[in-house]
Amino acid sequence: MSSPAVTEKKQKVSVPFDYNKYLRPNKLPHIWCPGCGHGIVLKAMLRAIHDSGIEKDNICMVSGIGCSSRTPGYVDFNTLHTLHGRAIAFATGIKLAKPELKVIVVTGDGDALAIGGNHFIHVCRRNIDMTILVMTNATYGMTGGQYSPTTPMDSISTTSRYGNIEPPFDACGMAKAAGASFVARGTAYHTIELEKTILEAIEHKGTSVVDIIDACPTYFGRANKYKSASQMMETIEKDGTVSVKQADKLPPEKIEGKALRGVLHKIDRPEYCEQYSNLIVEKAKGK
Amino acid sequence: MAITMTKGQAGLTGNSAIAYAMKQINPDVSPAYPITPSTGIVEEFSSYVADGAVETELITVESEHSAMSACIGASAAGARVMTATSAQGLALMWEMLYVASGMRLPIVLTDVNRALSAPINIHCDHSDTMGARDAGWIQLYSETVQEAYDNLIQAVRIAENKNVLLPAMVCLDGFITSHAIENITLIDDAAVKEFVGEYRPVHSLLDTDNPVTMGAMTLQDSYIEFKRQQSEAMARARDVVIEVGREFGKKFGRAYGLFETYRLDDAEAAIVILNSAAGTTKVAVDELRKQGRKVGLLRPRLFRPFPFAEIAEALKNVKALAVLDRADSMSGFGGPVFNEVRSALYELEKRPRVISRIYGLGGRDYKVKDALAVFDDVLKIAATGKVDTLQKYITL
Ligand code: SF4
Repeated sequence: MSSPAVTEKKQKVSVPFDYNKYLRPNKLPHIWCPGCGHGIVLKAMLRAIHDSGIEKDNICMVSGIGCSSRTPGYVDFNTLHTLHGRAIAFATGIKLAKPELKVIVVTGDGDALAIGGNHFIHVCRRNIDMTILVMTNATYGMTGGQYSPTTPMDSISTTSRYGNIEPPFDACGMAKAAGASFVARGTAYHTIELEKTILEAIEHKGTSVVDIIDACPTYFGRANKYKSASQMMETIEKDGTVSVKQADKLPPEKIEGKALRGVLHKIDRPEYCEQYSNLIVEKAKGK
Repeated sequence: MAITMTKGQAGLTGNSAIAYAMKQINPDVSPAYPITPSTGIVEEFSSYVADGAVETELITVESEHSAMSACIGASAAGARVMTATSAQGLALMWEMLYVASGMRLPIVLTDVNRALSAPINIHCDHSDTMGARDAGWIQLYSETVQEAYDNLIQAVRIAENKNVLLPAMVCLDGFITSHAIENITLIDDAAVKEFVGEYRPVHSLLDTDNPVTMGAMTLQDSYIEFKRQQSEAMARARDVVIEVGREFGKKFGRAYGLFETYRLDDAEAAIVILNSAAGTTKVAVDELRKQGRKVGLLRPRLFRPFPFAEIAEALKNVKALAVLDRADSMSGFGGPVFNEVRSALYELEKRPRVISRIYGLGGRDYKVKDALAVFDDVLKIAATGKVDTLQKYITL
């Protein structure tokens, strides 16, 4: 299944990519601030979906609440904009009702890891076939820059005026520990790499989580004295991360304190919906 | 934020005024989670906490369900507790709202009114607090920034009154009141401190000399007795609201009652409406009065408990009235305020005709012309005694 997709992908590169095929132009301009990473992630995601060759009507994109969760409003798939923290719960229902759909959850760190943390770990545990793209900007952007469960310690936010004292989550570590069969990290800065990582996540069968580090210059950036959105991307996304492929070759001091990019964990493990339907068939057969 | 006052007046948004009142009240604990349009309250309050202007323990939890849970824990432990939320936030607290009132915990919450999903909408209507109307919380509604500020200070006294001991929510209109700047009169820090007084919980989990159990399992043997006590406490809250409003008026010059009436005394036609839209309606009342039409307004301030007898008394001489709801109870029979008012009037020997109009959902503007159109209908009913359309949506 995976090899023909690769050749098909190569052919498609020459076909000019038409964003209008995937966007709802009448819903633009988007609400994101200048310099926000979410637009870059949207682009990488659309290109990855295009490369996957999946028909757009066979995709269902689900989101919760937050800046990143506005994504489904702009794209021309089956889309569902739900409640804060509950995107994965809605997505689980969709996937069980229509297992043939490709379900993609677009969420943020506050949405997925704080208010929706419970759903996040349990979808991973069940290994339900869906792709979860977590845009991690260490901030609740939509409500004005409160600290979130991924805010680094000592950072300033509207609710930590003298520095955050709560240790952050590692979304990838949590997803892996909870049982996700595909765990990866990308950044908005490494756009081409991100596109490939998202494609791999989409093509994976089982719960695939991509932790995408992107920047909120409006709140996190200003509060923490970053000079510009680009400087912020360079510091956090470029200098603050290292590719897993290079990590092995680098001395430990060069990777200390840096987040690893790329596919961090990939295993084959029974997928929930498939097991569910097998069980029904088996029981229906009787003894 | 430092508040600058000129001649005792400060220009504040509804959110800033609430945050400022919270600073003056200086609660022991404030668990919170951000949601538009109430976020500004906790955002500003967190600056007061960070600057040491209050002694409050601010707990930034991971959801509103947790926020209300933490409120309950802290309040049961004997702390004075406050929080703020809107719409989905209040909806997510639902399960806990009932626990707070059932455990008789005088938690004070500000709800900045916003429409409930779906479809998603961040603007004003009252579907959030109207949905919570039977949760056992006292509900005070506020027309202006000034009233929201005053209500919050009074809510502490009402909730903590030993004859009441119930949680209270203060409601103000999302964006319209929460984000609009109004010149308001602030009360001195010391005067607020004195007015709310030091909190001495009647029962507290930390009072180890007098151990108590809260919220435990009660079955057929005693559950109904607890509920009866709660119901009676809610009924008693009415008198406490009157007392506290009167005392507030004596001390600070702004007296509050159960509701406000506007040019209602000799009115033949009236509108009953909550919160900021009452201001718009008053303009329409004035315009019609200039033309010699006998119209007036009643704006409920206390919605839970609902002052049935007083409202019936105030409306008894009106020939016809429209109750305007910024929420639909989806019962197929008008909005929630309509149902309460209509039910209150049933006790009268001679009852006015009452119609229901739903307006302004999801932040749709309600203008003077809308109020005039409603008065047009109501005046016709007052003249003929005939109701054409009992219920309908307006501002469409
Ligand atoms: S507030 Fe932050 S996360 Fe939201 S759109 Fe603006 S930059 Fe992006």
